[in-house]
Formats: sequence, C-alpha cells, structure tokens
Amino acid sequence: MKPPIRVLVAKPGLDGHDRGAKVIARALRDAGMEVIYTGLRQTPEMIVNAALQEDVQVIGLSILSGAHNAIVPRVMELLREKEMADVKVVVGGIIPDDDARELERQGVTRVFQPGASLDTIVACVREAAGLQ
Amino acid sequence: MQPVWMAHHYNQVMAAAAGQFPYTRGIHEGMYRDRLWTMRQFSGFSTPEETNRRYRYLLEQGQTGLSVAFDLPTLMGYDSDDPLAAGEVGKCGAPVSSLEDMETLFAGIPLGDVTVSMTINSPAAVIWAMYLVAAEKQGADISRLSGTLQNDILKEYIAQKEYIFPPRPSLRLVTDTIEFGARHTPRFNPISISGYHIREAGSTALQELAFTLRDGLEYADCALERGLGIDEFAPRFSFFFNAHNDFFEEIAKYRAARQLWATLLRDRYGAKDERSLKLRFHAQTAGCSLTWQQPYNNVIRTTLQAMAAVLGGAQSLHTNSLDEAFALPSEDAVTLALRTQQVIAYESGITAEPDPFGGSYHVEELTAKLDAGAREYIRKIDAMGGMVPAIEAGYPQAEIAQASYEFQKKVESGEAVVVGVNRFRSEEERPLELLRIDAAAEAAQCAKLRRLRGSRNNAAVSKALSDLAREAEGSANLMPALLGAVRAYATVGEICATVRSVFGCWQERPNI
Repeated sequence: MKPPIRVLVAKPGLDGHDRGAKVIARALRDAGMEVIYTGLRQTPEMIVNAALQEDVQVIGLSILSGAHNAIVPRVMELLREKEMADVKVVVGGIIPDDDARELERQGVTRVFQPGASLDTIVACVREAAGLQ
Repeated sequence: MQPVWMAHHYNQVMAAAAGQFPYTRGIHEGMYRDRLWTMRQFSGFSTPEETNRRYRYLLEQGQTGLSVAFDLPTLMGYDSDDPLAAGEVGKCGAPVSSLEDMETLFAGIPLGDVTVSMTINSPAAVIWAMYLVAAEKQGADISRLSGTLQNDILKEYIAQKEYIFPPRPSLRLVTDTIEFGARHTPRFNPISISGYHIREAGSTALQELAFTLRDGLEYADCALERGLGIDEFAPRFSFFFNAHNDFFEEIAKYRAARQLWATLLRDRYGAKDERSLKLRFHAQTAGCSLTWQQPYNNVIRTTLQAMAAVLGGAQSLHTNSLDEAFALPSEDAVTLALRTQQVIAYESGITAEPDPFGGSYHVEELTAKLDAGAREYIRKIDAMGGMVPAIEAGYPQAEIAQASYEFQKKVESGEAVVVGVNRFRSEEERPLELLRIDAAAEAAQCAKLRRLRGSRNNAAVSKALSDLAREAEGSANLMPALLGAVRAYATVGEICATVRSVFGCWQERPNI
C-alpha cells in the first residue's frame, strides 16, 4: 500500500480567519491524507521549514487578507532556495483573477477562489502529490 | 418535523409588549415609530486620508453613524512600517499607527456630533485613547462623546483570532476601559459583545447566541470584581449580532437574546436599572453568505438579512456590499448597500409595528428553543469555570469548527443550497468593477511614520512608555498611562510592544 499523502496546511500573514483552513484540513484528513496544520501567523520561513521537517508533498496556503502578493512569491522563492521545488503549493482564499493567474505563473499549482468544492480541492492535492 | 402550526398547538402566554421586561419584543415601546436604527456602514481602507474621504461621502449620502475598519497590522498592534506588516497595510481597513493618523481619519468630521463605532479588539484601549485625545483636540467634551468600542477580546480567542496578549491580562485591559468609561465617558459604549465573528467562523445561530451572552457575563464578572456596581456599567454594554440567511431563526435569535440578557442580569446580578436589562445591538448582514459567483445575488441575500435584523429590533445596522466576497467595497457598491437600508426604512412599511412577528407560532417556538438551548450552553460553560477556562480548553473553538465543517459538507452534498454555487449555476459571469488598494498607500504610510518619529519629542515618548510599562506591571487602570503615551505621539506598535513585554503573547494550540 502506498503511504498516505502528507500535506501542510498553513495560515500565513496577520489574518486570523481560520474557518477555511480548518475545513480544508479536515476534508483532506477525511480523504485519508496526513495533515499537519501550522496554526496562525506563520511567516514564509516558518512554513517552508515546517514543510521540510514534516517532509510534506503539498503545502496549502489560506490567505484572505489581500496580502497574497507579498507572501506567496516569498514561499515559492524559499522553496527554490532550499531545493524543495518538488513540494507543490496550492493557495486558497480571496484572490482576484489576475493575481491568481500571476501566482500560477510563478509556480503555484492551483489557486482556489471562493465557492471551490471540497471534492475539487481534494482531487487537486492528490494529483499534485502524485506529480512528484 | 414539526406539523404545520395550528392554534391548538399554541399555549404559551403572549410575551410582554415592547419596552417591557423581559424586552423580548423590543427595548422601546414604539421602536422604529419613534426612531429608526442608525445606518452605520463599516468602512476603512488604504490610508487615513482615503478613509476620511469615504466617511464624508457616506455621511453626505445619508448615513447616520460611522464605523471604523482598521487594517490587520493595527488590529495586531503593529505599526505600518513593521516588517510583519509588509503587504497588509490598508488592505482590510485603515492603518492607524499614531494619534496623527487618528486626527487625519476624522479631519473635518466633528466627533462631538457623530457617533463612531470602532472595530478594534486587542489594542482597543490604545486606539480608544487616541480617539479620545483626537476628539479633545477638536474641542469636543469627552464626557458627552457617544460611540462604541468593539473591545470584545473573548470572541477573538473563540473565533476571529486577532489576539495579542493572553486572555487574563487582556480582560484586565477590557475592564480598564469599562471602568474608565463608567467614570469619564458615560455616553460611550466601552464594549460591543459580538456574536458576529463567531457566526462568520461557522457557528450555528444557537452557538452565536449562547457564546456571546456567556462572554457578556464574563465581562460583567470582571467589572464586578473590579468593584463597580452592576448598574454602573451594564447600561453601557452593547451587543453585535450577525444577520444570516435563515430569516425566522434570526428574528427569533434577537428576541431570545433580549429576554435572556434581561433575565440573566436580573437573576445573576440583581440588576435593577432597566437600562442594564435592555440588550441593545448592532447587526451586520452575513459576510460569509456572500458568493463570488453571480455576485448580484448578494444584493438579495443582504436585503433579506437586513429585513430580519430590522424585524428583530436592531439599534444599528451594516448592510454588506455585493462585491465583498472579492474585496473591500467600491463606492458604487457601498452606496447600493446603504440604499438597501434606506428602502427598508422609508418605503417598505415593515417599521410600522414593533416586533410584528410576535405571536407567530413559528417565531415564538423558535425563540423558546433558542432560549433553552442557550441556557444549556451557558450552564455547560459555567460548569467549566467560565469562558476563560472554556477557551483555554478549546471548547467553543471546537464546537464552531465542528459546525462549520458539517455545514460545508452539506454544501458539498447539495443538502444546503447556495444559489449560483451548488445550484442554478451560470456559465458566463459578468465581472465587477472592484476596489483595488494602491500599493503606494503602504509606502506613503511608512514615510509619514518616519517623519513623525523624527519630529516628535522622543524623550517624552520614552518617558510615557516607561510609565506605561511600570503601570502594566502593577494593577492600576492603564487608561491614564495610555492617554499619556498617545498624547506624546507614541505609536500603536511602540505601545503594544511595551504592553506585550509585560503581559506576554497568546499562542493558540493549532487544532483541527
């Protein structure tokens, strides 16, 4: 049997609205994945270090504050610096269309906007983990 | 499933009229016949200058009160130029780092004449001190100022998670503002005990009601322990509830809240002043019900939710804008949201009678059920030793997370219908014109702050901050020391760092 997919769910930035992150974490766990939830107010450095220590295949970032353009590129840069480019990043939150396309251009596997279904998100994480 | 209500099912005594204990039907006899609710749109973005322009615009459009949204760095006690603030300045609200920003925020708006609500929690005492000094500098008499400080830290640990210090020292700060308010600003609400964020975090209506009222009891206990009498401070407690989708359940929730608060205050504390017993509340339509898909549907959702708040007897109301699933509202969108309230107030006729659903079998039954359910939750939390131990044990947080996950699964299965999202979808979506926060705003804020640090009397700032640290180590009311620091133009970041060095920080145990 293949070992379960390991996912880090993280809340970067100052925002405390963790409803989405927690729902996603539970949905991924119910789908049989091993989920590590970082809790709130993680810096990009803390997130990438946790991803390294926990040996995850996928990082899920939840950002609702509008700070995604400052935070997500920094996470991608740190992953490249630490030669962890095989770790896939998915982002969820209030991300305008233009920003979503730009983040995907920078290497984010997928940006989920409000209304995305749990099924789609679970399938995407599964696929991302399989792509390694 | 309850059979359709018939007269013979109904054997409850009709509740007392509006304006009479336990105020189920409203806190005033005539309700909106005598006075409409305050139309108060929550607003703040980009810079204090931009936000000031939006406030003047809203007042010109017939808004009757102001409500300040602060940005995340301010809410978390960081200045705009703090490295942790990068990318967050002005995004979710107005940045206010110093008295100077506060003065800019209200330039040309006479604080003696307008009521202002401020959504600020962990650094509420600091921001309030800035507000009071700004009002004083405008020539206002602070004993006559009227407005509301959200200042409900318990619901931050429970739901919104914008906390800095641990619960117990945070409660000391809240109690300081309640005590200071009782003595110096008798017309200001030092706290708005909020269920809104609990509901937005995914709670049920019952959990919103129960946790909010239990939080209110916790604050009352703190103020009593400080030596204040119940009727000295309880009249200035205000509340803030969500106005969510389930129309009749929401109306019943407000009715249950009023009767519960009145009986709890009488029975637990022996409150006698009827102003202590009357639960006054602000309502905001449910942000979490807004959808990104088919955003014009949000206008309809907001209208129904606002009607529930009005039919439930709200004292003030914020209606969300149709574009708020995407961004802070554009001027056009917020104008439509305000017009929604004005149409309800002046055209619909639903304001004619207090509590028009009083006596409806359905609404009375829902009210009774919510009342009983809330009492059960309150008993449970009492048994845990109060809300602080309950929060430390993660109890309300876990209850809410469970409810929100269950709801999401219902959306996923289609059992809960979200029009335009899981039913009645459209292929083509018409994009909205959205408000974008100019990235230059952050740089401009930082430059202003640098100038301030260069031009103020820094020796006075240091002295004020060390006075504050000394007072924080003791047990005195911190408001005088905070007012001193603010007058010297110490910043939010400097003041919160000083208090943090004494009180420490709160870290929630991450738990899914």
